[in-house]
Amino acid sequence: MTIDTETVQRERLKSRSGAESTSLVRAELPRWAPWAVFAGSLVLVGGLLAITGFSIGLFVVGSVVLYAVVTYALSRVVEGGRKATDRLVTIVVTSAFAVALIPLISVLVTVIGNGIARFDAEFFSSSMRGVVGEGGGAYHAIMGTLIITGLAAVMSIPIGLLTAVYLVEYGGRTRLSKAITFFVDVMTGIPSIVAGLFAFALFALFFGPGVRMGFAGAVALSVLMIPVVVRATEEMLKIVPNELREAAYALGTPKWRTIVKIVIPTSIAGIASGVTLAVARVIGETAPLLIIAGLTTSVNLNPFDGRMATLPVFSYTSYAAPGVPRDPYIDRAWAAALVLIIIVLLLNLVARLIARLFAPKTR
Amino acid sequence: MTAPTETATTPAPAKPVTQLGDRIFAGSAKGAGILILVVLAGVAAFLVAQAFPAVVASPAELPGERSLAAYIGPLVFGTVLAAVIALIIATPLAIAVALFITHYAPRRIAQGLAYVVDLLAAVPSIVFGLWGAFTLAPAALGLMTWLHTYLGWLPFFAGPVSVTGRTMLVVGVTLAVMILPIITAVSREVFLQTPKLHEEAALALGATRWEMIRMAVLPFGRSGIISGAMLGLGRALGETMAVAIILSASGAVTFNLISSDNPSTIAGNIALQFPDSTGLAVNTLIASGLVLFVITLLVNALARFIVNRRREFSGAN
Repeated sequence: MTIDTETVQRERLKSRSGAESTSLVRAELPRWAPWAVFAGSLVLVGGLLAITGFSIGLFVVGSVVLYAVVTYALSRVVEGGRKATDRLVTIVVTSAFAVALIPLISVLVTVIGNGIARFDAEFFSSSMRGVVGEGGGAYHAIMGTLIITGLAAVMSIPIGLLTAVYLVEYGGRTRLSKAITFFVDVMTGIPSIVAGLFAFALFALFFGPGVRMGFAGAVALSVLMIPVVVRATEEMLKIVPNELREAAYALGTPKWRTIVKIVIPTSIAGIASGVTLAVARVIGETAPLLIIAGLTTSVNLNPFDGRMATLPVFSYTSYAAPGVPRDPYIDRAWAAALVLIIIVLLLNLVARLIARLFAPKTR
Repeated sequence: MTAPTETATTPAPAKPVTQLGDRIFAGSAKGAGILILVVLAGVAAFLVAQAFPAVVASPAELPGERSLAAYIGPLVFGTVLAAVIALIIATPLAIAVALFITHYAPRRIAQGLAYVVDLLAAVPSIVFGLWGAFTLAPAALGLMTWLHTYLGWLPFFAGPVSVTGRTMLVVGVTLAVMILPIITAVSREVFLQTPKLHEEAALALGATRWEMIRMAVLPFGRSGIISGAMLGLGRALGETMAVAIILSASGAVTFNLISSDNPSTIAGNIALQFPDSTGLAVNTLIASGLVLFVITLLVNALARFIVNRRREFSGAN
């Protein structure tokens, strides 16, 4: 196939200058060729679909497939098989990325489109107590989510932080630290529903088989949160330069003061951003809270006293067990999903900002 | 070098001074680490304790009046089926996305694109569930009808096509979207670790970009891809809400992906049944949760083992 292209090349050059017999330059498609092919396939597929009946999905998919096939064929004739494969793979990889973006955009559009209907002041200020049909809100669920996630963070952050300090500063390569590292990794993979069952099994021992409690939900969430905090903090402590520690030791500072005054402040931006991401991860968890925190219609601010509503469970229950008429319940489910997604995206944004703004100055 | 006589007169080297604060701090750090191990052991122990009554109970007392194995078996089948569909869809896509971010996208925007893909991981699972049920399921009806018409001879697409679209295939696609970010993130990390010299050597020999990737990047990143896929598998196995919301489950054991007769999954079944269950039914559900715990534990441990083994042999660090 290379011979083919070379003869083509040679003949072309001959016809141009007439003198050369060999060439060091391979034939190449002109820069505008891919764009021209792309525009051509858009027009062609668009025209065909205009006759048979238009559909945006078929239009995009058809154009890209046609574009890939024509580019491959052209390139194979002009540039040879290897270059043609390269071009084909480039198209495939790029469209794969575009495909991966579709669900993200679709999710955002769906949630915003459906959730905006009940995204009003009443939704944030009233509970579902005594509400049948329209009206009502998720004030009780929002408070429940904040309380349970807050409690989970209060339990997870010290444990996670101290464990990471142990792993990086004290553990070295002992068997204990290896075991902790391995099991923290394993713990990141615990299904959230199993964490919920664990909390249920634990609290059922003390409070009987029908136990539902906000605090137990916080315990379940911290099982999910601790490994994330440990991993994030560990990564950050590891990149603190050893020179800083040694300088502190040289001044006679005890090890614990070195860690508290030098190592942690240096890495605090990364740790804070990791912790924020961990909170963002657990705040949307539904399954464990469905099992152990349950749902109520009224405001319950005491995590040790009975059922406690949370946003994800509120959204799920409004969808799964709607009353009559059905529409107001579905609207509230979407509004709760919208609030949740806004909280999560804000937390992600805050995490990035913290990491960027408070990062130690390196130069 | 000082004379040996002098060393004899100086006292034996003292133990390093350990302050009280030091001991407290080191102790609490170590204690936190041990607490994590205790919690994990506790998870296993409490699940076993609560599952035990269901294991020893006679089949007549269990929900559905079947033996425990007959109850959990179809659920395990459904769990694995959904996760495998998700994995088959997500892995090639994730590899392509990771390659796009590391080797195709312009350097300037690559970091931003990686962040966008990570955003997918931040979307709560309940949102994916609602999206799958309200948007994806109706949208997939056309595709499923097409599959049934032209590929109906395959057992997977035997039909009849579900009218609501709440099928195993849609669940698989939703799970694929949910595990895409983790597989992408792990593959991206290893692709970035490919030694620059290998890549440049391949290019210097005249390789095209794809040939360079095939010769240098993919062989180097293979174990990373495998472990990323297994971490994704672990996620998909344990995913609850998307399944509970989307799937219309009848408990049938079938490979038919597009009908309204679908096997349920362990996690989805627990979420649907637990709030209304009492007594031995709760113990049965916890027993199924224990099975799920063991399966995901094995998958994750295997994934971590592959990653760690590679880390020791690679020249990257």
